[in-house]
Amino acid sequence: MENHNEPLYLYPVWIRLWHILNALFCLTLIITGLSIQFSNPTIIVKFRAAVAVHNVAGVLLSINYLIFFLGNLFTKNGAYYVIEVRGFFTRLKSQFHHYTIGVFKNENAPFPVTMESKFNPLQQFSYVAIMYAVLPLVILSGIGLLYPEITVHSLIGISGLDYTDLLHLLCGFIVTIFMCIHIYFCTFGKTTLSNFKSIINGYH
Amino acid sequence: MIYRANVRPAWVVLVLLLCFAIAFALAKSSDSSSSGKKAETQEYPEKVNLAKFKNSETNELCLKCHGQSKYAYENAETKKVVHKRMYSELIIKRDEFYVSNHKGFKCTDCHSEDYTTFPHSGNLRMESKANCLDCHGGDDKYAKFQFEKIDSNFMASVHSQKHSQDFTCWMCHNPHTYKINARTNENLKETIIYDNLICLSCHSDITKYELLTNKQKPNILVKHEWLPNQASHFTNVRCIECHAQNKDTLIVAHQIVPKSLAVKKCESCHAKNSILYASLFKYQVQENIKKQGWFKGLFLSETATIGPDQNNTLNIISLVLFGFTILIILIHAVIRIQKSH
Repeated sequence: MENHNEPLYLYPVWIRLWHILNALFCLTLIITGLSIQFSNPTIIVKFRAAVAVHNVAGVLLSINYLIFFLGNLFTKNGAYYVIEVRGFFTRLKSQFHHYTIGVFKNENAPFPVTMESKFNPLQQFSYVAIMYAVLPLVILSGIGLLYPEITVHSLIGISGLDYTDLLHLLCGFIVTIFMCIHIYFCTFGKTTLSNFKSIINGYH
Repeated sequence: MIYRANVRPAWVVLVLLLCFAIAFALAKSSDSSSSGKKAETQEYPEKVNLAKFKNSETNELCLKCHGQSKYAYENAETKKVVHKRMYSELIIKRDEFYVSNHKGFKCTDCHSEDYTTFPHSGNLRMESKANCLDCHGGDDKYAKFQFEKIDSNFMASVHSQKHSQDFTCWMCHNPHTYKINARTNENLKETIIYDNLICLSCHSDITKYELLTNKQKPNILVKHEWLPNQASHFTNVRCIECHAQNKDTLIVAHQIVPKSLAVKKCESCHAKNSILYASLFKYQVQENIKKQGWFKGLFLSETATIGPDQNNTLNIISLVLFGFTILIILIHAVIRIQKSH
């Protein structure tokens, strides 16, 4: 039986650094991305400045992602992202039930945080989807837009840039929605701010 | 112990990335080979069968000399056949002429009948050449092409006001090769290249440029160094988008504005009310929307320009989804706070 009073050291320095940088770059990219997409002569961030900042932040996010990717390929932290397929849907359902009903009845979380399992099933699913599907796609499509000359010129009569643009926007939108939910779910700790403190000091 | 490296999602992504790299390389190679074929057909147009063109027989009397880079005649005194080089600007390429808009004309419809005698009289050099309006002006048949409006725009342009009278329509539109393009070509890229080559025929050719001005020819690449993704801009928009006063009433702008008035703000094009809608997109893109419907015409258009290519439906869907997410979060948070009290 785990002693819940003893803090678990779940977030090593490299993860905390990666996480805070990732959050800052994502926020910068969302703001400048919206500014570029809804470009207007009267908008606060000028198109030229927004493009420059978006490009730099995009490159920095990609480098930062590489750290995350390699770190989770070769360190123990990668194991937290391994989904145990058998019974996963049932676990997902029970976690969903907790968030929609159980949490209002002050029920205990069905999958408490341990050294072996940092994420609950819903976290695991959404983190894998965001980090291993959406982020690689947003980075690849971003490279395609940054260097339009390397993008496939046309596919069934439609400019390759169009597909790339659409994919980039779609992924950017998913990341934005994810960030809103992610930040809200971080208030589900022992106290509203405890999870935010954890990702800064490393102890859960 | 849950250390199971063999199923980490990072490995799956790595394999997928490798597959993507291979697919991308294959797509790129087929893309470049197909564009290579296209360039080849453009460079070597099919040989024109002259017999099917009106007046081609009469025109051959001129083109037997003016149709190639050298000509021959018999010297009346020495009785020897003399071979001479034809000046490049006097060469009329049959392949280009017989696909141009003026292909049905006899040479002598526009040039003096006296040219039918050889050697040509020296006085013929003084012959004044017809302008577009000399034939097309005041003619209802050509009213839709707005020649008068083009002329008044041109007269107000820097080309007309800052250069000598030698700057006529023919400086940009060669009457022997001119082919209507912006109205008939459905391929936006081709229109862009066609129109930009007209500007570059002087602005990247010092000999033609110096014919009209004593000013030093500016280096276009250096002058446009401020422009991000220069190559992309040069191949996806026309020079006149920024350097001419574009009006909705004229398909192709002819009023080239002074350098100080050229468009330099990104937002002028990259915004919802982009100036491109009054210029480059006003014909082809709008025609494509009519023909191909809303989806392919605009949503997946051939323009892919950030700013003007916004899709209202997608904007609304994304706004609704975002609003819905925030609403759910707020409701959840309020119930949580109430229950905890």
